[in-house]
Formats: sequence, C-alpha cells, structure tokens
Amino acid sequence: MDFDYSDDQKFLKEEARKFLAAHCDVGVVRGVLDNADRSFDEKLWKGVAEQGWLGASIPEEHGGLGLGRVELCAIAEELGRAVAPIPFASTVYVLAEGLMAYGSDAQKASILPRIAAGEVIGCLATSEGPGVVGPATLQCRVDGGKLSGTKIPVTDGDVADIALVLASESGRPGLFLVDLKGAGVSRETLKSLDPTRGVAKIVFDGAPAERVGDAGAGFEVVQGVLDRAAVLLAFEQLGGADRCLEMAKEYALGRYAFGRVIAGYQAIKHKLADMYVKNEVARSNAYYGAWALNDGAQELPVAAAAARIAASEAFWFASKENIQVHGGMGFTWDVDCHLYYRRSRQLSLVAGAPKVWKERLVSELEKKNAA
Amino acid sequence: MDFNDSTEEAAYREKARAWLAENAAAHRAKWGELKPNTPEHMAAAKEWQATKASAGYACITWPAAIGGGGGTPIQSVIFGQEETKAGLGYGYFTIGLGMCVPTVMAFSDGETKKRFVSPAVRGDEIWCQLFSEPAGGSDVAALRTRAVKDGDEWVINGQKVWTTGAHYCDYGILLTRTDPDVPKHKGLTMFWIDMKDPAVECRPIHQMSGGREFNEVYFTDLRVKDSQRLGEVGDGWKVALVTLMNERLAVGGSAGPNYREIMKLARELAGATGPSLKDQSFREKLADWYVQSEGLKFTRFRTMTALSRGQTPGPESSIGKIISANQLQELANTAVEMEDQYGILSDPEVAPAEAAFQQSLMWAPGLRIAGGTDEILKNIIAERVLGLPGDVRVDKDVAFKDMPTGR
Repeated sequence: MDFDYSDDQKFLKEEARKFLAAHCDVGVVRGVLDNADRSFDEKLWKGVAEQGWLGASIPEEHGGLGLGRVELCAIAEELGRAVAPIPFASTVYVLAEGLMAYGSDAQKASILPRIAAGEVIGCLATSEGPGVVGPATLQCRVDGGKLSGTKIPVTDGDVADIALVLASESGRPGLFLVDLKGAGVSRETLKSLDPTRGVAKIVFDGAPAERVGDAGAGFEVVQGVLDRAAVLLAFEQLGGADRCLEMAKEYALGRYAFGRVIAGYQAIKHKLADMYVKNEVARSNAYYGAWALNDGAQELPVAAAAARIAASEAFWFASKENIQVHGGMGFTWDVDCHLYYRRSRQLSLVAGAPKVWKERLVSELEKKNAA
Repeated sequence: MDFNDSTEEAAYREKARAWLAENAAAHRAKWGELKPNTPEHMAAAKEWQATKASAGYACITWPAAIGGGGGTPIQSVIFGQEETKAGLGYGYFTIGLGMCVPTVMAFSDGETKKRFVSPAVRGDEIWCQLFSEPAGGSDVAALRTRAVKDGDEWVINGQKVWTTGAHYCDYGILLTRTDPDVPKHKGLTMFWIDMKDPAVECRPIHQMSGGREFNEVYFTDLRVKDSQRLGEVGDGWKVALVTLMNERLAVGGSAGPNYREIMKLARELAGATGPSLKDQSFREKLADWYVQSEGLKFTRFRTMTALSRGQTPGPESSIGKIISANQLQELANTAVEMEDQYGILSDPEVAPAEAAFQQSLMWAPGLRIAGGTDEILKNIIAERVLGLPGDVRVDKDVAFKDMPTGR
C-alpha cells in the first residue's frame, strides 16, 4: 500500500507549478476573462503543448510521453490551482482519454498524435438543454453516417476541432466522432458562467459522424468517458480548493478588525478548519480515484463518483467561504476570489452535476450489495 | 499510488490471516458471545491479548525486547484489518497501550519501564488516564487536583471525571497541580498511581446513553512516592502533551453503524412511496456518508504511507473524529426517523437490529466531546495545521490561584 505521489511525481508536480507560476499568472487568466472574444489563452496552450502535458499519458507510439495517469492527475491539480484558461480538460481528459479507452486503432493513430502536438482541441457534446439528457429525451440523430440535431451547451465547443457527440442511430444511442471544421456544422458562442472557459451551441445538419465504441452502447461509453474525466477533474477541483484555502488564510492573517488579525477569531479559524477538512476528504477520495484510473481497476465507477462528489463539495465550499472571509473586498471584480467561485461551478457541472453522480454512486453500491 | 499490498505486505497479511484463522476461531469457540463490561468479557479480552502478545501481534510496532512485535506501522494496520474481519477486537487496552504506557516509557526510569510495559502488553494490567476534571473540560490545564510534597512522598487530594474504565483499571497516569502560584500550565506535575489504593475511590457516571463506562475518581490523602513522578516537577503539561499526541493516533475509527448498515435497513424498510432506499433525499445523504467514510479510511492510509516513508504523521488525523462523530449522530438520527413510529422503540429484545441505531443516537453526543470537542479539534487544525494565531487567553500570565472561576 502506497497512498501518495512518488518522489518523481512530486517533482513533476513542482515543475508544473513553477511553469504555471511563470506562464499562467492571474494576468493571463484575466486576459481571457476580460476579453469577450477570447475563451482561452493561445500562448499558454502552446507552452503546455511544448511541455508535453497534452500527451502526458498518450503512449509514445502516438507521440505522447507515455506516463501514467497519476502523473496526469498531478498536472491536473496544478492546472486547477492556477485556474488555467485553456481547453485542457475537454481535449485531454475527454477526447484523448476517451479515444484511448474506446477508439479504434485508426482513430487513435490519426487523432492522438495531433492532440499530443497541440494541433487539436476536443470537446464533449451530450447536453441538449436544461436537465439531464437520457435515452427518452435524446434528440440528435445519426442517419447513414450523417449527424443532425442541436447540442447546447458544449464546453469549449466554440474553439474545438473535434467533438465526441452523443446521438441515436436507428433508435440506439451511440457516441460519435465529428470534425467540427467540416461540412454540416454551425456554431454560436454563448456566454459562460466562467468566461475563462468557452461555451457554444452547435447545430449539426448532416455532419459526417464516425462511431466510437460499440453500436447502441452510447450511454455506457459516455459514462466510461466521464468516469475517467471525473477523476482528473477532481484533481483540478482539489487544486482550486486548496488555493482558495490559502487565499483565505493569507487574507485573514493580514486583515485587522477590532484590534487584531481576523485569523485569530474562532469564527474564522473554524471556517478555515472546515475548508481544510473538506479538502482532505476530497484529496483522499481523489487519490483512490487516481489509483483506480491508473490501474484500470473495476472499482473505477465507484471511485470516480466518490472523487467527483467530494471534490465538487470541497471546491464549492472553499470558493464561497473564501469570498466570505474576504468580506466586501471578496465581492469585487478586482479581487481574484470570483475566478475560483466561477471555476468551481464550471467544473462541478461540466461532467454532470454532483446530484447525478450521487445517484450513480448509490446505484453502484446497490449493485455491489446485490451481487 | 498503489492501493494493493506490496509483496512484503501481502506476505504479512497472509501470515496474519493464517494465524487468526486458527487462533481466533479457537478463542471464539471457548468464550462465545459475551456481553461487554462483564467479568467474563474482561477475562476473554485478557486471554486474547496474551495470546496475541505471545505471537508478536500485540503492540506490533514496539520492540520485541519489551514484549512488542518489532514490526512496522503498516503491519499493525494490516493485522488490525484482519482482526476486525475475524470478528475480534476488545477495547479495554486502547487507552493504556495507546496513551498511558507510551508516556510511562518516555518519562520513567528503566526499572519502572521493566516493571510495567510487558504486563501491559500482555493485558495482565490495564491502565487509565486521569486528566479531565469538573472545572477543566476542554481547558485541561485548569485542573485543581493538588499534589503536595511531604518528604519523599506526595500527598494528593482532588477529583477527576470522565475517566474511562477507572473501575476496572490497575494503574493510571495522573496530572496534578503542584504549584498554584504560577500560571496554570507551569504548575503541573504527572505521576503514575495504583488504582487499587484505598485512597482512590471510583464512582461510575450514569451517562445519557444509559451506559456506565466512565467514572468520577476521588483522591483523599493518596500518598505516592516521588519515584512515581513522570517527568520533572512543574513539567506536567509537557508530559501531558505527549500523551495527547498519542491520543490522536490511538483514537481513530469510530464504533457504531456506518453507511453499510443504514443501507441494509433502508432496503428493508417501507417508506411513504416505496422502499426507503429508493427515496431520493436518503440516497443523497447515503452518498455523502460513503464519501466521508471512505475519505477518512484513505486519509488513514495516507498517514500510514507517511509513517512507512519515515515521515511523522501530521495533526491531519484530527479530522477523523470531527467527521466520524458527526456522521454517526446524523446517520443514527436518519435511521431512527426512517423507522417512523417504530423509531421511538429502543428495546433490543424486540428490535435488535434497529436498537443499534437508537444506541448510537444516544452515544454520539459523547463521542463529539470525548478526546476533544469538535470546537477544540477545529482549533487544533486551525492553529497547528494552518498556522493561525492561538485564541486570546486572558489567564496566560495569571497565577493559577488568582484565576477567575465563576464560583
């Protein structure tokens, strides 16, 4: 049993932190936030590609570094800490990981090297409006290899080159690979709760679509993709939550009220202790998820759900209480608290809301107990 | 990051399992299902402890030369897991071996260590910890039990409270006030005492749960030798901190039903619109409890990993009791409410499975206080983990005798 990063992984994590401190300071994040025409930072994206992070876990034969998933988790934690404004999750956790798990040899050979090189941005298109999309409500259809229908919202859909799209084919759900630069695709950029992440409405009208995974298994395949992404997203959430605790602590230690630093008041101390407790619960669940993801363990569905639920709760709590500790300052545009508040909401929803994951976790526990 | 046993760990687990398969079964066959807190239960516990000690499975991390197992923290955890799976585990020795005896080892002479350590490991002698007092709950250092030097002896008068198992213990470590003229932390001294001395009187406390596991302990002119002192005169707070540090390692997991038991109950119970397990609000709570319980389990694994890498575990283990005690209270209450009118019933003869939740409901308030209240544990996290300033202490520079007491 070994429940921590190895020395090599810690080194990689420290290097990632240094790189992001140099290339993704808050000015970079605000450069995207304050500019409605930009939904990611192209220079940072290029730098991250040069670091090899986009292909960290892609096999060397496909142009990646061939590292394990725990290494990718370490990078994800740092990206979350820095609220990096790049489509990393959509491209790496969803498209690359999804293709590695379910793609054909040809799909892997053609797309993975381009991801590793930073030439392709990915996205996942499942939602078709408010609420959870299910077998009974799925509207997008594939007919004779051509996709039609509307997906809204699609995170990073405004800048992505390739989408994984959930649609039905002959009445059976499937997951499809679609070239967003090709024919039959039109898209419209929409406003996002977190403007450092782009979001779009995509209308497909006979766009060529190629299936990923088995016919009729669309929901199972999407869930498998989401399980993998959930673990990696949990690390981004954890990194963000830890940073919120740090920010709150730094502020509380420097702010005087009623003649002493507010960090000395029990109400503030206990608030920060609560943040710490939630973050540690999230960290421990995330580590279990990292192990399950890396080992391809059959525990992955349960481990991923637990990691996602704990991380969503920790980041939400830390991001909102960080603003509270900052007082009126925390509610201003100029102070960075809201960057994390926004990102915490974006990350909690992008792969399905915590409520959905709680239901999934309990269903899995029911199956386990019935067996 | 690896959740599996390493080769050595797997080998140790295999060995422990084989040993338990043979010995645990034999032990259970002899003693059967005994009611806790009876003389027979205690005798069984002592026999099991001695059996473990002979095989090197008691105090696994202590050197073999003093009766321990000469093993690693991970081995200790592995054996604990397997022992629980084998359905055995007695609580009588936790405080003595987890907190008192380590303090005796750290602060007494070789003769004393030789006399006490090995019998404690074998379960022949049981220890208790005498810190809490009516006037000092969370504020431990506000204690009033006096020890006055008389030649080569000390004379002790006063009262302790909430002493777990004092009525069956053989020895105890006792924190006293030896100098009331200095601020409260500076005038304390620690001793070990014989609990069977006639000058020591135990009065069981009838708790709100109905149990009587704790005691008030009164000292009337109890005479102890100066050689029974642990640490220097006036250094008692330093000694006590060593004990309390060990407490955090010793008091980890919580007893009582967890998400598995309440899930089982919910599967069987009818709710307003079908089985309770299908109730959406219950399912969300269940998911939260699972995430917390597993998070706590993996946090302990992280602590073990730190230990196995030669690092010291941080005060992060303080999060354990905050989560588990609160969860036990909420989980038990949800179970009782789920039973609807039947939840009023607390009769183990009529409803053995359900009564476990009623029992936990009445026990949980104590768990949230024992070994540090939620509030004290949050202070510990805030101050020792996060490095925030200590609370304002208006009695810091005041001589103990001049401290306001409100009575």
